[in-house]
Amino acid sequence: MRRSSYYRHKILKLIFIYFFVILLIASIIAPFFWLIVSSLASLKDLVAKPLHWIPRHLNLERYREIFLGQIGISFRYALRNSILVALLSTSVSFVLSLLAAYSLSRFPGKYRSNILYVMLATYMMPPVAILLSLYIMLRQIHLVNTIWGLSIVYCSFLTPFLTWILKGFIDTIPKEIEEAATIDGANRILILLRIVIPVAIPGIIAAVLLGVLMSWDEFFYALIFTSTNKAITLPVAIAQFTKRHSIDYGMMAAGGVVAALPPIILAVLLQRYLIQGLTSGSVKG
Amino acid sequence: MNYRKNLFFSILLAMIITGISFAGGTKESTSGQKEKQPVKLSALFMKQASYSEQDVRNMTAEFEKENPLIGISLEFVSYEALHDKIIAAAASGSGYDVILIDVIWPAEFATQGILRDITKEIPKSMIDKVFSGAWDTVLYKDRYYGIPWILDTEYLFYNKEMLKKAGISAPPKTLNDLADQAKIIKNKGIVKYPIIWAWQQSENVFLNYVVLVAGFGGSFFDDNGNPLFNSGGGLKALQYMVQSLKDGVSNPASLQAISDDELRVFGSEQAAFALNWTYMYNIANTDSSQSKVVGQVGVEPTPGDGVNVQIASVNGSMGLGITQSSKNPKEALKYIEYLTSSSVEAKYANLSLPMWKSYYEDPSKWPKGQKPLINAAQLSFAKLYNRPMLAHYTQFSTIMQKYLQKALLNQMSPKDALDAAAKEVVQEKANK
Amino acid sequence: MLVVAGIVGFPFIKTIYTSLFNAPLIAYTRKAEWVGFENFIYAFINPSFMGGVFHTIYFSLLSISLNILLGVLTAMLLNQKFFGRAFVRTLVILPWALPTVVNAVLWRWIYNPTYGALNALLTQLHIIQNYRDWLGSAGLSTMTMVVLADTWKNYPLVTILVLAGLQMIPKEIYEAVKVDGANWWNTFWRITLPGVRPALLVALVLKTIDGLRVFDIVYLMTAGGPASATKTISFYVYQEAFGFLRLGQASAFSVINVTIIFVFVIFYIKFIRSEGISG
Repeated sequence: MRRSSYYRHKILKLIFIYFFVILLIASIIAPFFWLIVSSLASLKDLVAKPLHWIPRHLNLERYREIFLGQIGISFRYALRNSILVALLSTSVSFVLSLLAAYSLSRFPGKYRSNILYVMLATYMMPPVAILLSLYIMLRQIHLVNTIWGLSIVYCSFLTPFLTWILKGFIDTIPKEIEEAATIDGANRILILLRIVIPVAIPGIIAAVLLGVLMSWDEFFYALIFTSTNKAITLPVAIAQFTKRHSIDYGMMAAGGVVAALPPIILAVLLQRYLIQGLTSGSVKG
Repeated sequence: MNYRKNLFFSILLAMIITGISFAGGTKESTSGQKEKQPVKLSALFMKQASYSEQDVRNMTAEFEKENPLIGISLEFVSYEALHDKIIAAAASGSGYDVILIDVIWPAEFATQGILRDITKEIPKSMIDKVFSGAWDTVLYKDRYYGIPWILDTEYLFYNKEMLKKAGISAPPKTLNDLADQAKIIKNKGIVKYPIIWAWQQSENVFLNYVVLVAGFGGSFFDDNGNPLFNSGGGLKALQYMVQSLKDGVSNPASLQAISDDELRVFGSEQAAFALNWTYMYNIANTDSSQSKVVGQVGVEPTPGDGVNVQIASVNGSMGLGITQSSKNPKEALKYIEYLTSSSVEAKYANLSLPMWKSYYEDPSKWPKGQKPLINAAQLSFAKLYNRPMLAHYTQFSTIMQKYLQKALLNQMSPKDALDAAAKEVVQEKANK
Repeated sequence: MLVVAGIVGFPFIKTIYTSLFNAPLIAYTRKAEWVGFENFIYAFINPSFMGGVFHTIYFSLLSISLNILLGVLTAMLLNQKFFGRAFVRTLVILPWALPTVVNAVLWRWIYNPTYGALNALLTQLHIIQNYRDWLGSAGLSTMTMVVLADTWKNYPLVTILVLAGLQMIPKEIYEAVKVDGANWWNTFWRITLPGVRPALLVALVLKTIDGLRVFDIVYLMTAGGPASATKTISFYVYQEAFGFLRLGQASAFSVINVTIIFVFVIFYIKFIRSEGISG
C-alpha cells in the first residue's frame, strides 16, 4: 500500500518535471526557431499574410554572405574582436576578482565589503553619462578604437561584479575544510588553488559565463569607442546591417544566430563542470 | 583531476582559434595603409547609405590615384551612430577631417563650432548648377558649411494594380484626392488600410508631418522665431493625419512604423499608398525576393493641397562637411569636391540621384527603368522644403514628436497638441 | 586594483560634479557655469522626466520579478534529474547568448501589427480574431511587451547563478534533512533558499541595475514611443547628452538614476542580511 503510493508520487513528480521541461524548451525554441527561419527565408515570405511557418524558399545565402561575402567583412573582423575582448577582459577580471573575493571572504573587515558596493557604483551609472569621460581618458592613452581600450573598460565593471559574485559563492564554503589544510601548513594561495577552487567550480563557471556574456553583449561603449574593423565588436557589426531607411532584418537574424554560437560552444565545454562540483565528491577528501 | 586537464585543453583550443582568426585579420588591415603620404585625412561615413561602403572606398581610391599626396582613412558607422560619433569626437577635442552630415545638423554643428565655414571656397558657378534646395542641406544663416552629397526626399508611392481595381485612372493630384482615393479603395475591400506612413515617435513622425505642412502651405516660425505651426498649414497637416486614422484609411500600425515597415507593408500588398524615400522604388518595384508588387509600383511627387501648393517635398539629403579641428582643410575640400562632382555622381547615379541640374536634362544618361523615379525627383528636388534650421533642432523635434503622437493617439486634439508643443518650444528656447 | 579604482572612480565623481553645472557637451563655444541644484530642480518639475522615472520603475519591478521567478524555477527544474538534462542546461543559455540588438529587432518583428509572427500564431490558434498592435498602446501594456522580450533573453542569467548556488549545496545536508522527515517546503526554506542566498542577491542586484538603467532594448524596439510611454531615465540621459548636448542636465539625470539604484540595493542588502541573522 505504502509502496504503491510511493511510486505514484514518483511518477507524478516525473510527469510534473517533464511537463515543465517541455514548456521550458518550447519557450526557448519558439522565438529562436523564428530567428533561424528569418535568417533563411526571403523577406517577402516573412511578411506574408497568412504566414507560413516554414516558407517554401529557404537558402543559406545570408550565411554565405556573412562568412565569405563582401558585406560580411566587418562581421568577420568583429567576430574575432569580440572573442578577443571577451577572453581578455574576462580572464583579467577573473584572476583579479578571485583573489579579491577570497581575501574579502576570509578576512572580512567591518567596512571592507562596503568597498565592493562603492566599486559597483560605476556600473550603476547609465553608460551614456560616463561615456565621454571614458572616451577622453582612452583618447589620452591612445586606446580609442583598439580591443585593448575596450577590454580595459569592460574590466572596470566586470572586476567588481565578478568579485562580488565569487565572494558570495566562497562565503558558502564551510571554513572547516580549509582549516585542516592550514594546520598542515599550506599557504593561502595553495589553499585557494587546491581547496577553494575545486569546491567552488560551479560558481566559478557561472561567473566566467557571466563575464564572457556581459562583454559579448555590451553595445553602447563599443559603439562609441570603436569604429573600424580593427576593433568593432559583434553587436556593433550587426547594428551596421541597418541602412539609412531600411533594416536588413534577414542579415541581422543570420548575424544573431552566428553571434550566439561561440558562447554556446563555451557553455557546452564548461557544461560538465557546472554539473560536477560537490557532486563529484571533492569534499570527501 | 580529469576535468582540469579538459579545462586546460578547452582554453588552449580557444586560444588557438582566436590566434588563427587574429593572424587572418591582421594581414588585411595593414595592407590598406599608405604610409608615405605627406597628408593624411580621416573621414567618417555611413555604412550603406545610398552608396555602399565599397562604393565609397572605390571613389576614394580613384581620388587617391589622382592625388597621390593625399591619403584618406575611412570609417563607416550606421546612421544611428553617426551623430553620436561626431559629437563624441568633437567633445574630446579632435577627430575627423571630413564628416557626413544629415540635413538637420548643420545649424547645431555650426553653432557648436564643429563645422568649418567654407562659404568663400565654393564658386558661384557651382552654386547655380545645383538645385538650390540641395544647398539648404549645408546652409545655416547664409553660410555654407559643406557640400550636399546624397539628395533624397519623400515621394508618394502607389500600387497601380490596386488603383486600377478600384477604377481610379490617375494617382492623386492633391492631398484630398489621396484621402478620397484611399476611401474608395477601402470601401471596395481591396485593402483594409490603404495608406501606410512612418509615424514612429522619432524623426520619422516629424518628417511625415513636415511633408504635409509643406503640402498645406504652412510654416513653422515667423521671422522673430515665434511658432506658427499651431495654426494654418501646420494645424491642417495634423488634422489631416488624425482624420485619416479616424476614417480608417491610414494603417494604425503607422504609429510605430519606420520607413522599413512601410516598405514591408507596401511590398506585401497591404497598402495602396505609402510616403517613402527614394530607395523604396527599386526594392518594391524590382526585387522579387522582398516584394510582391514587382512592376506595379508607381511613384509621384507628394501632392500638395492643390490650391497654393502642387508639390510637397521634404529635404532629406545629406552633405559632406569639414571639421573646425581639421589640420588639412584644403585637402579635405579637394576630397569632398571630388566626391560631389558631377562626373562621380553621374557614374553612381543608379544608387543616388545627382544634385546637378544638368543630369536631368539628358534622359539618355539615365539608368534603365528609372524614368518615373527621375521624373518625380526632378519635380521634387526643385521644391525641397526644409525642416526648421535651428541650433537646438533636436530639442524642437523631440517636443514635436511627443505632441504629434499624443494627437495621433487621441490623447489631445490636434489644436491642443500643437498649442502645447508651441508653448514648450518657447520655454525650451528660454531654457537654452 | 588601483587602476580599476581609477577608471571606476573618476568618471563617477566627475558626473556628480558636472551635474551642478550648466555644462555643454562640446566646450568649443560655451563654458560651463555653476548652477547649483538647478538641474535637479528641472528634473523634478519636468513631467516628461518624472514619467520616465515611473516607466523605469515599472519596467524594473516587472522585469525583476519575472527574471527572479523564472530564473529560480528554471534553476530548480534543471537541478532535478531527467533525461536530456545536460542538453537543456546548455539550451537555456541560448537566448542569453543572443546580442540585445538582435533580440530587440527579433521581437519588434514578432510583435509587428501587420505581419508579426505573434499575431499569426495567435490568430491561427484562434486565440485572437484580428491582428493586434502589441506595441501601440500609450498605456503600460507596450512597456509590458518590451519587458517580456527582455526577460526572454535575460532570465537565464539568474538561472545559471542560482543553479550554481544549488550545485554548491552539499548533498549530505539534503540527506540529513530527509532522515529528519522534513517535507519539500521545509527543505526549500531551511536548506535550499539559504544555500542560494548569495547567488540570489547577486542576481537581484544585477537585474535591478540592468532594469533601472534600461536603454538599448527600449531604444531599439519602440524608440520611446508611443507618445513617450516607454521612455526611461536612461533614455532621457541619452537625449540630454547626445541629443541636446546638455551634459550638466544629463549628469543630473544620471545621479538621480544612480540614487534610485542605490536605494534599491541598500534595501536588498539590509533585507537579506537581517534575514540571514534571523534564519
